[in-house]
Amino acid sequence: MMRGCSSRSKLTQDRAVCMTNCPTLIVTVGLPARGKTYISKKLTRYLNWIGVPTREFNVGQYRRECVKIYKSFEFFRPDNEEGLKIRRQCASAALNDVRQYLTEEGGQVAVFDATNTTRERRETIIQFAEQNGFKVFFVESVCEDPDVIQENIVQVKLGSPDYTNCNTEEAVEDFMKRIKCYENSYETLDEVLDRDLSFIKIMDVGQRYLVNRVLDHIQSRIVYYLMNIHITPRSIYLCRHGESELNVKGRIGGDSGLTPRGKEFGKKLSNFIQSQGISDLKVWTSQMKRTIQTAEALNVPYEQWKVLNEIDAGVCEEMRYEEIQDNYPLEFALRDQDKYRYRYPKGESYEDLVQRLEPVIMELERQENVLVICHQAVMRCLLAYFLDKTAEELPYLKCPLHTVLKLTPVAYGCKVESISLNVDAVNTHRERPENVNIHRSPEDALQTVPPHL
Amino acid sequence: HRPSGYFTGFCNSPTMIVMVGLPARGKTYISKKLTRYLNWIGVPTKMFNVGQYRREAVKIYKNFEFFKPDNEEAMRILSLFTHILQACASAALKDVAVYFTKEQGQVAVFDATNTTRERRLIIISFAKERGYKVFFVESICDDPEIIAENIKQVKFGSPDYVDRDIEEANEDFIQRIECYKASYMPIDDDKDRKLSYIKIFDVGSRYLVNRVQDHIQSRIVYYLMNIHVTPRSIYLSRHGESELNLLGRIGGDSGLSPRGQKYANALAAFIKGQNISDLKVWTSHMRRTIQTAEALGVQYEQWKALNEIDAGVCEELTYEEIQENFPEEFALRDQDKYRYRYPKGESYEDLVHRLEPVIMELERQENVLVVCHQAIMRCLLAYFLDKPADELPYLRCPLHTVLKLTPVAYGCKVEPFFLNIEAVNTHRERPVVSFHKHTFVIIDTYLCQLLELWCITYLNGAPLLSSTCSECFAAAASLVLVRPAAYRG
Repeated sequence: MMRGCSSRSKLTQDRAVCMTNCPTLIVTVGLPARGKTYISKKLTRYLNWIGVPTREFNVGQYRRECVKIYKSFEFFRPDNEEGLKIRRQCASAALNDVRQYLTEEGGQVAVFDATNTTRERRETIIQFAEQNGFKVFFVESVCEDPDVIQENIVQVKLGSPDYTNCNTEEAVEDFMKRIKCYENSYETLDEVLDRDLSFIKIMDVGQRYLVNRVLDHIQSRIVYYLMNIHITPRSIYLCRHGESELNVKGRIGGDSGLTPRGKEFGKKLSNFIQSQGISDLKVWTSQMKRTIQTAEALNVPYEQWKVLNEIDAGVCEEMRYEEIQDNYPLEFALRDQDKYRYRYPKGESYEDLVQRLEPVIMELERQENVLVICHQAVMRCLLAYFLDKTAEELPYLKCPLHTVLKLTPVAYGCKVESISLNVDAVNTHRERPENVNIHRSPEDALQTVPPHL
Repeated sequence: HRPSGYFTGFCNSPTMIVMVGLPARGKTYISKKLTRYLNWIGVPTKMFNVGQYRREAVKIYKNFEFFKPDNEEAMRILSLFTHILQACASAALKDVAVYFTKEQGQVAVFDATNTTRERRLIIISFAKERGYKVFFVESICDDPEIIAENIKQVKFGSPDYVDRDIEEANEDFIQRIECYKASYMPIDDDKDRKLSYIKIFDVGSRYLVNRVQDHIQSRIVYYLMNIHVTPRSIYLSRHGESELNLLGRIGGDSGLSPRGQKYANALAAFIKGQNISDLKVWTSHMRRTIQTAEALGVQYEQWKALNEIDAGVCEELTYEEIQENFPEEFALRDQDKYRYRYPKGESYEDLVHRLEPVIMELERQENVLVVCHQAIMRCLLAYFLDKPADELPYLRCPLHTVLKLTPVAYGCKVEPFFLNIEAVNTHRERPVVSFHKHTFVIIDTYLCQLLELWCITYLNGAPLLSSTCSECFAAAASLVLVRPAAYRG
């Protein structure tokens, strides 16, 4: 949820939206293979998507840069002086970069991803934060389930640069010993000893949470997010409605029904979904005719979300690009200059879309298998969240009609499979033209408009 | 038209929220607030306070002796009392079942101490038998100051102490708590690890959350983690009178009229006079609220979510023009103003959904002034004053009036401040009308004009399907004073 600061002009300044006053340092805590990096990356992706400039700083990365070749778990032994020294240096280097990011590069949240398993280490970080005026929020992951830990190691550790030259057994054995090195000195966050700190302790992959002293809005949002994510395997299917009457006429927005080809897509979609053999699939649509008609073809219950409605093009609703160029050439150019932030007069911007889609993302995180039948701009926003695309890339993501994107979380990211259902449709994707100057010619403006009737 | 999805899994099993905790731990406060919030966001919720049932059953409340497990007589009374309490709890549970099965309820908040495992097990089996989900909310607090404040705020108003001296009542109540303490078994993190619950420690400085099962529980947890009890006030005001207000036109994005500007200045003076520490000021993205806030000379934050309801195709029209161009829509809106959505626009129901993050943040904050719009203010007010959906669109939110809301005990004190700058009235009452099968009439009581009369029937009586409109008109005339501009035969 973004609250704009004082803005008079149509194009809001690229000033960081203030959800927090001082920057926040999120500090992970936990033994290896407890999902700290998974959480760090996911949280970073989410915060950036909702408009909070966030970056993660993985101390392991720094260590890998420092110690070019990883030999074995011996490096992590508590009595390895050399190892300790290097690790401390790496943590300092990372904190230095954190300071730079938060004070000089406009960052608002930094995620400090390391084990941070001793009170002493955490105290150092707290001092660092105090000196620099950062708030600190700890995220601890505690898990003793050997299956979960094993799965973790298989998913993300085996592929790590540390183990490129090992076979699976060797890698697992070494990693287990690495974990042992931390176990003896591990001081978990304690509800009494650490009662003045702000933290969330995640136990057993989210069965249980202990939340202490949430100080402000951003921490509250982070807690809510962390409490909604899960790691149960599942897939999310994203697609647009079938081709619509207004699509073929090259008109944007509106609320028209499907063309015959669009209906054909509905049928093919139904076959496809059945062939996927998904257990317990939820189907969501917007409240516009074209997505509802598409879902109807599936013959299963579906849920309509108003927030999944296509971007409101305001005064440009139902116009062709040529008409927009004719009637609103300035607006057209401004949009090409900053398609993410540009808001149609009496309409919305992509930035507004992201804000209204946030509850959808939150619920997608909670759910398991879901098919979302939506619209071009909406699908671009959702896709940008899952694939960690920037605001600049988001409005130009390719989301063609009659194509299903299957997203499956894997390791630290998302696998994407693009499945075209082989039903022809118009192309509705307009690339950014070369000339975005407000004085450009109509030809230059319309250079990239896709063909239509 | 299938049910719209703002929440998912909404319509699956009903949920029982079960409070746990010693007396004076805020259980009823939390229950009432949670119930209010859930109803506002559209989840039919009802609270069942076992204390209420108990009071009805035990008309005369003597003194705490009733609770003390000491002497023989008291033991007998205690066992009698325990029976009564159990009977009351059972009665309450029965009512919960009726609420879920016959009244389309979705959430029941079961407000009682529920301090023993035995009692909780009874509730769990009750729920299991019927397929209800159970979520426990336990409030744990040992800070004597908080407890004392709690007792002061809410207990002295209680019917239990109505004829009692304050000191005595306080003592009595403390003793009552002691009685419960002896048998109190908090939810056990080990033995009860299969249950779904949240434990709230020390009014929210710490929470333990276990096994959140679904969407509604997740929302409840989020809400509970954002509310606080620090005293504060929320000021709600509309923008100053706008140019379009003067023209009787709805929506749009006009600036302030001269009187509106005067209001902005008066608002600034009023706010200064209130001497509020650390006041946050919020506006929408529309010129009229921004111009109003500008006069305050302080920092303010713009929320798009606070923009006025989008009247779609009716934007910037007068009511007469709406009647002329969209007579059917106009009538439909009066039939169900809460759910009616303007073509290409929004409904009040949509507004509530987009205002939910605003409410959440208002809960987190302390002193806030929200400069917004008529429909928006109605939605926010309905949340704070627990007004149902059918009253919400008719709440009075006149221009140039600040409403100061201060949480007190279980509710909200409202103080209106009219800042003495005249403005047009933009409030349209609920019309006294109904609709003929094919045609309809709108009687605009605010403007006291008959816009167009075709045919009417009585709202609750037998329909007057008259073959001549003059008969219907006569019937209407007897209901409301109208002057026909014209009527069609």
